[in-house]
Amino acid sequence: MLNLSLQSLSSNLEKKTFSSLELSKFYLQRIKHHNPSLNAFITIDEEKSLLMASKADELIAKGKKLPLTGIPIAQKDIFCSQGWTTTCGSKMLENFIAPYDATVIEKFNEVGAVNIGKTNMDEFAMGSSNETSYFGAVKNPWNLDLVPGGSSGGSAAVIAARLAPGATGTDTGGSIRQPASLCGFTGLKPTYGLVSRYGMIAFASSLDQAGPMAISAEDCSLMMNVMTGHDRRDSTSIERDKEDYGSKLNGSIKGLKIGIPKEFFGEGLDSSVQKVIDCAIDEYKKLGAEIIEISLPNNHLAIPVYYVIAPAEASSNLSRYDGVRYGFRTKEYDDLMDMYFKTRQEGFGEEVKRRILIGTYVLSAGYYDAYYLKAQKIRRLISEDFTKVFKKCDVIMGPSAPSVAFKAGEKQEDPLAMYMQDIYTISTNLAGLPAMSIPAGFVNHLPVGLQLIGNYFSEANLLNIAHSFQKNTDWHLQSAKGFE
Amino acid sequence: MDWDIVIGIETHVQLKTKSKQFSGASIAYGNEPNSQACLVSLAYPGVLPVLNNESVNCAIKLGLAINAKIAPRSIFARKNYFYPDLPKGYQISQMELPIVGPGYLSINANGKNKNIRILRAHLEEDAGKSSHGISQDKTGIDLNRAGTPLLEIVTEPDMSSAEEAVTYAKKLHELVQWIDICDGNMQEGSFRCDVNVSVKKKGTDELGTRREIKNLNSFKFIKQAVDYEVNWQIETLEDGGKIDQATILFNPETGETKAMRSKEEANDYRYFPDPDLLPLLVSQEKIDEIKKSMPKLPDEVQESFQKELGLSEYDASEITANSEVTKYFLALVESKVNPKLSANWILGNLYSRLNEEGIDINKSPIDTKRLAELIKRIEDSTISNNAAKEVFDFIWDKSSVTVDEAIEELGLKQISDSGEIDNLVDEVLKNNQPMVEEYLSGKEKAFNALIGQIMKASKGKANPSQVSELLKQKISK
Repeated sequence: MLNLSLQSLSSNLEKKTFSSLELSKFYLQRIKHHNPSLNAFITIDEEKSLLMASKADELIAKGKKLPLTGIPIAQKDIFCSQGWTTTCGSKMLENFIAPYDATVIEKFNEVGAVNIGKTNMDEFAMGSSNETSYFGAVKNPWNLDLVPGGSSGGSAAVIAARLAPGATGTDTGGSIRQPASLCGFTGLKPTYGLVSRYGMIAFASSLDQAGPMAISAEDCSLMMNVMTGHDRRDSTSIERDKEDYGSKLNGSIKGLKIGIPKEFFGEGLDSSVQKVIDCAIDEYKKLGAEIIEISLPNNHLAIPVYYVIAPAEASSNLSRYDGVRYGFRTKEYDDLMDMYFKTRQEGFGEEVKRRILIGTYVLSAGYYDAYYLKAQKIRRLISEDFTKVFKKCDVIMGPSAPSVAFKAGEKQEDPLAMYMQDIYTISTNLAGLPAMSIPAGFVNHLPVGLQLIGNYFSEANLLNIAHSFQKNTDWHLQSAKGFE
Repeated sequence: MDWDIVIGIETHVQLKTKSKQFSGASIAYGNEPNSQACLVSLAYPGVLPVLNNESVNCAIKLGLAINAKIAPRSIFARKNYFYPDLPKGYQISQMELPIVGPGYLSINANGKNKNIRILRAHLEEDAGKSSHGISQDKTGIDLNRAGTPLLEIVTEPDMSSAEEAVTYAKKLHELVQWIDICDGNMQEGSFRCDVNVSVKKKGTDELGTRREIKNLNSFKFIKQAVDYEVNWQIETLEDGGKIDQATILFNPETGETKAMRSKEEANDYRYFPDPDLLPLLVSQEKIDEIKKSMPKLPDEVQESFQKELGLSEYDASEITANSEVTKYFLALVESKVNPKLSANWILGNLYSRLNEEGIDINKSPIDTKRLAELIKRIEDSTISNNAAKEVFDFIWDKSSVTVDEAIEELGLKQISDSGEIDNLVDEVLKNNQPMVEEYLSGKEKAFNALIGQIMKASKGKANPSQVSELLKQKISK
């Protein structure tokens, strides 16, 4: 059962080689065995998961099987799942049992997928190393001394350690792609508005986007078919015809124009990572692609702009955690103000508080124009850079992260160094573009991810471009020692 | 020293929609606390706002009714502050680009028309309600009202007396009911005014510092609060004091205003565009469509009543001050009774009786059909106007008695028998010789006095025009 693609898991379930119950038990067993060393899950609920598996088996028995029916999927703990504790990695929601399903969860439930557990994450998705989680840091399966990346670090460790064949993530500034790079698997952040944000606990509403995390692009395409679709409950969700994200797989990429932004290869990029990326691009040349040098002149502004806009939105989104209606409330307090102060002081971690402070500051009277408005203007410039470039090329390639996985604790005291982890990923969130990270090779036995950025709604193409690479390489099939 | 009073009003109009501004929960009034608090009202993690289209239509109607520009693109913004009855920690409102404005509402102030400029009107959501004193150490939060759709209508500081402020508020109150976007229920908070008041030395252009009286939910309170506030400000300034900008509350029990918090300490609301909502786009087609569906506005109807039905400006404006009154009036006109007479009856007897008993015109015990019958009996000279008043009072609480039965029972039928009237005239002439001479010597008034005597002698039943004619003939003989 291990290392099978979603497609072959699906056909095995159909042929009844094994049942969903058996498959789910197999993964739960692996989780039980490996999770203590990885800390990839916040909530494991065997009973619930196995009940879902039984139901899936009934569907399969009735011949009502859909592609992901009966397949265990690990869900990032940012998605509200009815009856499940949904913490978002925070003490604030430690005991919060969601009374409803996020659209993403609802969609997986509808096709009969099995929720195999809720994965660990940086608190409120704020972090690039999964060290800000109230539930403890997640370890990188490739080397337990290293971080898995973040904020979807739990899901990343799950895929790398093969604790589930698929997992969900969310990506506000790189939170799917950077961990995919550091843990060596395939992750896709779709075009903003393609996957409903309803029920996905908000960090920065104009940037947050959910996406699939799995071994291969082909697997991701199957998950995309389930996750996407217009949702009236999310006003920013895009009305579009349903698309089959696997429809373009195996298409030829001869003549594909790949744009290489010079800004992605400058100072700050680890030279051995660069070598891996260069080799991957050479591979594409061999497959018939054409390389074009391009420029994204405003990319250096992406991080500062992001660290104005995202905290601004977060400071407001996180105001609802006030101890009044649900979630954590401080034990003793004198009056309302005291209750607010203590609840938020004790309920939020350092990084979350840092961003609430930054966000509150940049929105304050007298600073709004200089920070928030200015950042919105630059955000438009960054988007325009991409619009221009996509007139010349079909896809942009470069590194997903500036380095391989780093040591736990290494950047914890230096937020700015941590923020640099997202230097190649953030601009696509600001522009709302789809982007992927796929395994491209190794540096000292640690995985390196190649980033693919496409034009709006080009996910099916992107998946094919990734798939073409994966047909000719086996980087994505390597698994970490001890988890084979 | 003489002072000018400067008043601007912000009105919160609760829109007559079925559901909340950004969720499907009901906005019905008076239900069990928190029974209408859905996940969005409670601001659960992960929930998102979805704009209620019906409230957008209401805002467009208001815009059209105040001759305003409807923004083709407007933006929802978050107004951030912490309070237990504000579950998200922010209110969704409109800041820089509101859906409506600028426009104006014309009012009649001291017999003259005056346009009150309306700066803007924007959509927003209401907060919930905090109930203090439920128990000694707890405050209750009811989120039924949280998220209720509001339209905030903001004037320029164009009013210069408490009376003008009340006239504007009344006119707006009637208008929002006329175009059917608000139930107008002030007790339940469907129409609440924040009134900004300042004073300045007469003739100067420089505005004084304003204080904002919050949440006035009756016209009487507006009048009292403004009067009190104006006096207080003038006294303070004349005593050499200084006015600080402040938000103040009016206490109806003492009739006084008192500062709630000063603006310096006020929150910095950190407005920014709500990333959960797309810009609100309104097409010209939609505006045209709504325009077609709207009733004629009070001012237009008033004009047509003056021009086509011959009502005086006063009567026409009074009749059109309220859509129910207009409906009542139009029903009378349709029954082919004289419009002027109808207006007189509505604004006279009917109004005073309804007011006395605190009944709305649409629930009047005398419906349009019966009032039409009554007026017809005046028109065909069956009864005099005075007799009709008696009939009116008689049938007020007797719905089974017809107008004709009442006339019969009260014995009020006019005497039209000329012989009988002839005798009455002769008798009065005989007994009032001095008055006859006064008249003959040129005093016109004496004639009316004689008619009065004759009517009195007939107990009001003589036909006045017949009397007048006979009297003229007999005197001139």
